[in-house]
Amino acid sequence: MNFIQMIIPLNITKTISDWISSIMPETAANYTIMVVIAVAYLVLFAVAGLYLVLLERKVAAWFQLRIGPNRVGPWGLLQTMADALKLVSKELTSTIKIDKFLYNLAPYFVIVAALMAMAVFPFSKQFQAFDINIGVFFLIAISSIGVIGILLAGWSSNNKFALIGAMRSGLQTISYELSVGLSILTMVLLTGSLQLSEIVEAQRTGGWLILQGHVPSIIAFMIFMIAGTAETNRAPFDLVEAESELGAGFHTEYSGMKFAYFFLAEFINMFIISSIAVVLFFGGWLSPFGITDNITWFPEVIWFIIKVVGLIFLMMWFRWTFPRLRVDQLLTLEWKYLLPLNLMNLMLMAIIIWLNWTI
Amino acid sequence: MSYFSDIYKGIKTLLTGMSVTGNYFIHARKGAITQEYPDNRETLKMFDRFRGEVVMPHTDDNRHRCTGCQSCEIACPNGSIEIIWDRAVDPETGKKKKKIDKHIYHLSMCTMCGLCIEACPTDAIVWAQNFENSVYDRSKLTKILNQPGSSVLDGIED
Ligand code: SF4
Ligand code: SF4
Repeated sequence: MNFIQMIIPLNITKTISDWISSIMPETAANYTIMVVIAVAYLVLFAVAGLYLVLLERKVAAWFQLRIGPNRVGPWGLLQTMADALKLVSKELTSTIKIDKFLYNLAPYFVIVAALMAMAVFPFSKQFQAFDINIGVFFLIAISSIGVIGILLAGWSSNNKFALIGAMRSGLQTISYELSVGLSILTMVLLTGSLQLSEIVEAQRTGGWLILQGHVPSIIAFMIFMIAGTAETNRAPFDLVEAESELGAGFHTEYSGMKFAYFFLAEFINMFIISSIAVVLFFGGWLSPFGITDNITWFPEVIWFIIKVVGLIFLMMWFRWTFPRLRVDQLLTLEWKYLLPLNLMNLMLMAIIIWLNWTI
Repeated sequence: MSYFSDIYKGIKTLLTGMSVTGNYFIHARKGAITQEYPDNRETLKMFDRFRGEVVMPHTDDNRHRCTGCQSCEIACPNGSIEIIWDRAVDPETGKKKKKIDKHIYHLSMCTMCGLCIEACPTDAIVWAQNFENSVYDRSKLTKILNQPGSSVLDGIED
């Protein structure tokens, strides 16, 4: 029962956990703390996801010379709350010939897979729920579970558009999973550890990994961002939803809260991909040039958030600039370009580390 | 070798696209093209080619340019225009001449196709830029375009 060591010893949570341990037997206290932290994470990232939706809409508006949501609350800040309220209160409709069980299961697969990945991220030195030594591996594994939910959704809807969308998603995720995995592997070669907190610590002395590994790191970062965008099924890789061809793709038949799960999962996945990139390439919660290293009270989580939002903005920029790829172009890009480049890059990184050419 | 030049070209064109949208993003504050309609109702100016509704302009002394030729009535694909005309003696020449009594325009049926305006030989009807057409009674959308007591301008022949 050493769960408690993995659990965040933030000052606030420390007082709470002390208090819970004082009124309960140890095992019960541990479980209670786990539940409390799980609920806190759920709420936190649901709200974060909602605000990413707002950010996306604002950024999209600015890219298109529009103003964006600006009616509900100051600068439209309460817009997503209103949207969420609307979605919660909506009726859950479905067609007659659906596979009921799988249809209802699918959204939870997607959202649970997305939220589970959040557990291992080191948002700051203390703010990490679950610091396992195979963190990177866990992330890769978890992030591919979501696609099962999408496949189930497409299959159980009994709708041709949904099925086509789901199949495309399967194909896309299987292909691009390789690139994500290999580019992450390139960076793991450099750190020599799969534990996320250690990867961050390794960047404290030698500078961020994207500088430490220079050329191969930058290539790995580019490939990771491309493949990561494809993983999250966002434009230009949104063949899965492809409004102009497939209605809404795999979630055509979903309404209300179940639709909201898919929607939220997309944004949380975006957050996950950006977080992985921040940890692997941009030093996680470390401040640039160590400017806040000596300020003990400074919440390092701010640096993490700033970097993540920067990368999310990059993905939004992709989305509002590039047109959607055709299926064959999608596969050409992966199998003819990204994969060979990635393998070469992995070799390059190995050679650089072997010859000790890292910075 | 074209493999690598393809990659180079691909990245270059993608970055070009991103610089264009990035430029938009930076200038979105000032250059936003959104019209915040009910708020700027006073200053809102619709663009020139906007098709609001068909109107018949009149001069200050209540004259219009419509000769009652009915070209617009025939041109209209869905019968939104009805012309009730009459013959009257022209005081100058003493001849009988066609003139309009009522130029009736059913805004509720109009598809804004503009064929009537193109068909009019004397440019008697034009597009107005008004678009706030909601009323509580459908019959209010049937309008008589010529003002009461108006007459055709001198020298307009079809
Ligand atoms: S705009 Fe078209 S539909 Fe409308 S009145 Fe003229 S011809 Fe008829
Ligand atoms: S509006 Fe023009 S086309 Fe129609 S009756 Fe008058 S002159 Fe003829």
